[in-house]
Amino acid sequence: MTALSTTVPVSGPRSASRAGSLSGLGVLLRLALRRDKVMLPVWVYAAIGSVAATAVSFRKLYPSTAAREQFAASINTSSSLRALYGPVHDGSSIGGLTAWRMGAFGGVVVALMSFLLVVRHSRAEEEAGRLELVGAGAVGRRAPLTAAVGTAVLGNVLVAVLIPVILIALGERASGSIAFGVSLGAAGLVFTGTAAVAAQLAETGRAANGLCGALLGLAFVVRAAGDAAGSNGPGWLVWLSPLGWTEQVRAYGGDRWWVVALALGCAAGLTAAAYVLVGRRDLGAGLLPQRPGPAVGAAWLRSPAALAWRLQRGSLIGWSLGFLIAGAVFGSLANGVLSLLQGNAQLEQIIRRMGGQQVLVDSYLATMTNLLGMVAAVYAVQAVLRLRGEETGGRAEPLLATAVSRLRWAGSHLAYPLAGSALLLLAGGLGTGVAAGAVLGDVGGRTTDLLGGALVQLPAVWFMAATAVAVVGLLPSRTSAAWGVLGGLLLIAYLGPVVHAGQWLLDLSPFTHVPRLPGSAFTVEPLLWLTVLAAALAAAGLAGLRRRDLG
Amino acid sequence: MTTAISASGLVKTFGRTRALDGLDLSVTQGEVHGFLGPNGSGKSTTIRVLLGLIRADSGEARLLDGDPWRDSVALHRRLAYVPGDVTLWRNLSGGEVIDLLGRLRGGVDAKRRAALLERFELDPTKKGRAYSKGNRQKVALVAALASDVELLIMDEPTSGLDPLMEEVFRACVAEERERGRTVLLSSHILSEVEALCDRVSIIRSGRTVETGTLTELRHLTRTSIEAELAGAPQGLAELPGLHDVDLDGTRLRCQVDTDRLDGLLRALTAAGVRTLTSRPPTLEELFLRHYEPQGAEQ
Repeated sequence: MTALSTTVPVSGPRSASRAGSLSGLGVLLRLALRRDKVMLPVWVYAAIGSVAATAVSFRKLYPSTAAREQFAASINTSSSLRALYGPVHDGSSIGGLTAWRMGAFGGVVVALMSFLLVVRHSRAEEEAGRLELVGAGAVGRRAPLTAAVGTAVLGNVLVAVLIPVILIALGERASGSIAFGVSLGAAGLVFTGTAAVAAQLAETGRAANGLCGALLGLAFVVRAAGDAAGSNGPGWLVWLSPLGWTEQVRAYGGDRWWVVALALGCAAGLTAAAYVLVGRRDLGAGLLPQRPGPAVGAAWLRSPAALAWRLQRGSLIGWSLGFLIAGAVFGSLANGVLSLLQGNAQLEQIIRRMGGQQVLVDSYLATMTNLLGMVAAVYAVQAVLRLRGEETGGRAEPLLATAVSRLRWAGSHLAYPLAGSALLLLAGGLGTGVAAGAVLGDVGGRTTDLLGGALVQLPAVWFMAATAVAVVGLLPSRTSAAWGVLGGLLLIAYLGPVVHAGQWLLDLSPFTHVPRLPGSAFTVEPLLWLTVLAAALAAAGLAGLRRRDLG
Repeated sequence: MTTAISASGLVKTFGRTRALDGLDLSVTQGEVHGFLGPNGSGKSTTIRVLLGLIRADSGEARLLDGDPWRDSVALHRRLAYVPGDVTLWRNLSGGEVIDLLGRLRGGVDAKRRAALLERFELDPTKKGRAYSKGNRQKVALVAALASDVELLIMDEPTSGLDPLMEEVFRACVAEERERGRTVLLSSHILSEVEALCDRVSIIRSGRTVETGTLTELRHLTRTSIEAELAGAPQGLAELPGLHDVDLDGTRLRCQVDTDRLDGLLRALTAAGVRTLTSRPPTLEELFLRHYEPQGAEQ
């Protein structure tokens, strides 16, 4: 009796503490999956759908082994294309080309999925105070992090299983298909572990995501530098990047499983580190210090415009840098467009019919400026919707209870879609022009051409922003409609020509009406029309905003 | 005496809900006016109409002799507002928010600002996202109290404050009254209103049910009586306005409608009074009576 009564209490708390740090995991995991019932499938679909679409398009473009190998050889000789996608390790099969084309980019997609999911269910929940609510229940200390990691692991397992299923169904080699799918899943797991650690270090979800995003960008740049250098330089750089590991698995061209093991080991190590850290900190606290702000507002912080600048400047600077870099990448690829054609008799014939190589380069650059315009429209709509975010977040109310009129408040934010998007387009045009000039010659001329080509997109961007203003002013409860309209019109502009949609459908998108520069004649009428329409939509939206109830 | 706020017959519907249903409100210049009602009774909606953030479907509202919708910018220069649920910009420090809001109203008194920060024990260097609910509330309070304005509109300003800070808040409001400012203070905390307010408006379901000074409102309610008598009282059963009678020989406990006190006292003195305790109703009792669901009173 005594033996029993002494041993039971001793083993009791011990086993309880072991199971206890994970108790409640099942409920939390179900909660996370319930909250992600749309987001998780969309991410997985984006990853596997883009791989499948790439494989199908390669099958159409390069039906013969000879054509594929010629294509692969031209890629491997271009350092700018190697930097963007990495080298082709197996140019003979569709699977090999797909693994090349989607290796680094698929890795970016699964990395984004992984860290956004982990942070969303760990640090962001903690910051919002919801974890406190949950943590007060019978929930173990490590259960929330485990649920967050588990959600991301599930997404990566789905990617690792479904990609091989699709590639094998398309007739590709089983071993290579499995190696490719698993290499992507493993890249996702490395970023799952990274996010688990970042969520312990940073105090806010935004900072944790920023940390992971910066690491992902660094991983991409380091891999690009290593691949561009190839055997002539510091090629070893690719080994420092998880995205480089995906590529070094060499799916279809060697299937090096030990590289997968390296990635999985790294993921496990990072996750273990996160588990150690979560036991060493308080709920709500981070391990990185939180910087205090100024005790007194700076003298210039005295108008709605100053506040809007404080709120929007980070995003504007980030987007501008992104446009500059994206433009530089687009511009430096102008040379690669030409090298891709060499040896492909059929394509060369088409190009000659169209007017020669200059036409081809101009057409490529015009397509890129058009693309910059569409992305700038995403920025503009996002910046307009900030208004509605301020309103529903309750932050507009104290501001509008001071001597600030609604129009002045709205104007302070609308300066960003209006002038900020012009800044983005200038940055993008500048990057494209300088880089294209550097690889093709004539930096001054190319830069002038491309600044023009980028700026003509502005009326179309304004049109999309004005649509969002109209939605915020007139249909405030349907704000997501602004994204719906933008998404629909971008889809028409981007995919319409590919699927040979009718002209009336293409005409719906403002980007169809913008003159294609460089390369075509400049016409001012469509730009005037777009500007007038944008002004009318914005005026209607602002009139609505002045009249309606706020909040 | 001039009127700082007047509203009559305000109606506001959101979809099917009738948030305001003919609400009347009158606040005299220089008074602290309590705006009492349970959650969801329309206090915040009324305040948002007065601030010109939303427009009433019908009825009339005047604020500092202006139209709250049309003249909002000019009026807002003369008032400060503390919202019920304060949300701050995540990456602005508390000090920056206080200065920004104050400057947008026309200026911050630096000395008052420093004194208020000290009294409320608020750290102005923290970023908006790092403040607790109570501290966010303090940021809004300091921003409002440090501005030089005629009218303060506060929507449940003490929610989230601890009892010590509530005391500080009460002292600040008392000083505001001394300085001749008008205060509209919405609340569902009765002791707060009892301690601070000159006059009270009680609303239920978007309609004003009572308005007046606390004394005026009390006469509508019952007084509790406890008495020890020399002999058994006669004729209690016939007395009007008597409730919850508990007679144990010569000991009496009962409630009486305050305007029927005379009759009861005559009956008691006829029997001979040894001890008598009468207690005025607390605001809680007043509140309970008005907010009992209709028909449940009997």
